[in-house]
Amino acid sequence: MNYNWDWNVFFKSTGIGSEIYLDWFVSGLGWTIAVALVAWIVALGVGSVLGVMRTLPNKLLSGVATAYVELFRNVPLLVQLFIWYFMVPDYLPESAQVWFKQELNPATSAYISVVVCLALFTAARVCEQVRTGIQALPKGQSAAALAVGFTLPQMYRHVLLPQAFRIIIPPLTSEFLNIFKNSSVASLIGLMELLAQTKQTAEFTANMFEAFTLATLIYFVLNMSLMTFMSWVEKKVRIPGMMGGAK
Amino acid sequence: MRFTTRLLTTAVIASAFAAPAMAEGTLDKIKESGVIVLGHRDASIPFSYLADGPNPIGYSHDLQLKVVEAVKKQLKLPNLQVKYNLVTSQTRIPLVQNGTVDLECGSTTNNLERQKQVAFSVGIFEIGTRLMTAKTSGVKDFPDLKGKNVVTTAGTTSERLLKAMNAEKQMGMNIISAKDHGESFLMLESGRAIAFMMDDALLYGEMAKAKNPANWVVTGKPQSFEIYGCMLRKDDPAFKKVVDDAIKATFKSGEVNKIYSKWFMSPVPPKGLNLSFPMSDEFKELVAKPTDKSAEQM
Repeated sequence: MNYNWDWNVFFKSTGIGSEIYLDWFVSGLGWTIAVALVAWIVALGVGSVLGVMRTLPNKLLSGVATAYVELFRNVPLLVQLFIWYFMVPDYLPESAQVWFKQELNPATSAYISVVVCLALFTAARVCEQVRTGIQALPKGQSAAALAVGFTLPQMYRHVLLPQAFRIIIPPLTSEFLNIFKNSSVASLIGLMELLAQTKQTAEFTANMFEAFTLATLIYFVLNMSLMTFMSWVEKKVRIPGMMGGAK
Repeated sequence: MRFTTRLLTTAVIASAFAAPAMAEGTLDKIKESGVIVLGHRDASIPFSYLADGPNPIGYSHDLQLKVVEAVKKQLKLPNLQVKYNLVTSQTRIPLVQNGTVDLECGSTTNNLERQKQVAFSVGIFEIGTRLMTAKTSGVKDFPDLKGKNVVTTAGTTSERLLKAMNAEKQMGMNIISAKDHGESFLMLESGRAIAFMMDDALLYGEMAKAKNPANWVVTGKPQSFEIYGCMLRKDDPAFKKVVDDAIKATFKSGEVNKIYSKWFMSPVPPKGLNLSFPMSDEFKELVAKPTDKSAEQM
C-alpha cells in the first residue's frame, strides 16, 4: 500500500489562527473527559438507586427499576443519543425550545444531550451491577440485620451496600472505562471530542493512519490510567479477611 | 512489564499497516481479475448517491461509467465486470490506496494534502463554497452571520474556512460541525443553525431533498472555489491516462453538457426535483481547459 507516512503532521498549522493539529487532540481529550466524568457521576448515583430498587420487597418499585433497565439496555446507544438530541427538544415548551436550540451555545446543547444520554444508558448497566452485588451476599446477612432490629434503610446503608459496592468494583471499572469509550458517540452530534477531532485531522491532512494511531494511543493510555486508579481504589477499600482480602 | 508488552503489540499491529507497495498497475489488475471496482458515495446528491436500486446514480457516476467504457476498449474486455464499493469521506482515501477501490468518483475535492496520498483525474466539476439559509432569515452574505449559529459538515473545506474566518474577523459565530450533509441540513431545518455553509452544488442537492424546497435559498459570495476529481492510485500513469482521456473526450464532444443538464437542470431522484443549478463560468472554463491541478494550484 503506497501510503505517505508523516508523523510530523501533528505539529503542522491547522490554518486557523496559530493552532497546530496537536491542539485539537488536547481540546478533544478535554471534552471526552468532561463528558465521561460528569455522565459517570450521574450514572453511578441513578444506577445505585435503581439497583437498590430492584432488590426491594416492594413489587411496584422493583418493577419500575426493571422496566427502566430493559428500556435503556435494549435500545442502541446511538438511537438514544439521536432521540435526546433531535427529538426530545422538539417536545419542550416553545420558550425552552428556543433557548435550547438557538440561544444556548451549540456545543453546550450537544454536551447536555450527550451527558444525559450516556448517564441514563450507563445507569441501567450500573443498576444491574449493584443488584447482582446485593444478591451475591448470603441471605443470612439481611435476615440477621432485620433480626437485630435494623430498619430496611439501615440494613441497606450499614450491612448490604458497603459489602455489595466492594464486590462490584471490578465490573464497575469496566463500565467506567466503557463510558469513556462510549463518549465517542458525541462526535456524531457535532461535539468536538477526541474522536471528532481525530476525524477532522484525518480529513484535513489526509494522514488518517497517523491521526487514528494517536487517538488509539490516547484512549489506551487514558483507560490504562483509569484501570490503575480503580485497582488502587479496590485495594484501598478492601476489608482484611473478606472477599479477596486474603491475597 | 505487562504494560510494555501491550504497548509493543500495539506498535506491531500499527506497523502492519505499512504493507509493501503494490507493484502492478491498476490496468494489469483489472485485466487479470476481469473486474473493476468503483468507489461511490451514498448521499452526495446529485454527484454519487443511492436512490432506488442497489447501484449508485449521479453526475460523477455517469462520468465514472464513461471511464469504464474506455477501460473495456483499451483492454479489449467487453465483458468487464463492474463491482461497486460504498465509501465515506473517511474511508475513500485508504480504500483507493490499499487496492480495494480502483476508481472513486463522487464529490472529492482535489487538494494538496490529498495529492500526497492519491492521484486525481482531470477535474470533473467545480464548486464555490456558499451559504444556504431560510428565505425569511435575513442572511444575505457571510458578514450577516456575526454572533449566529452556523452549521457545516465536519472535515470539509467549508469547516476550515468558516473557523478561520471566525478567528480572523472575530465574528463570534458558533460553528456546528455535523457528521454529514444530511445532518447539517437537519440542524438548519430544525432551527439550531441559521445558515449552512457548503459546496454550492451540494447545497442545491440538499434543497432538493427538503420537505419544502421553496423555503430555502443559496446565497453569499463564494469563499473559495474547489475542483472535484476522481481518485485513483498514485504513480500509475497508464491507468491515469485512460481515466483522463475518457473524461476529456466527454468534455470535448460536448457530451458533458448533456450529462450536466440531466443532473442539474432536470428533475432528479429521489423526489423528482429540479436543482436548477446552471453551469458556472468557473466550470465552463474547466471544461474548456481540463486540468488535474487543484484550485489552489491554479
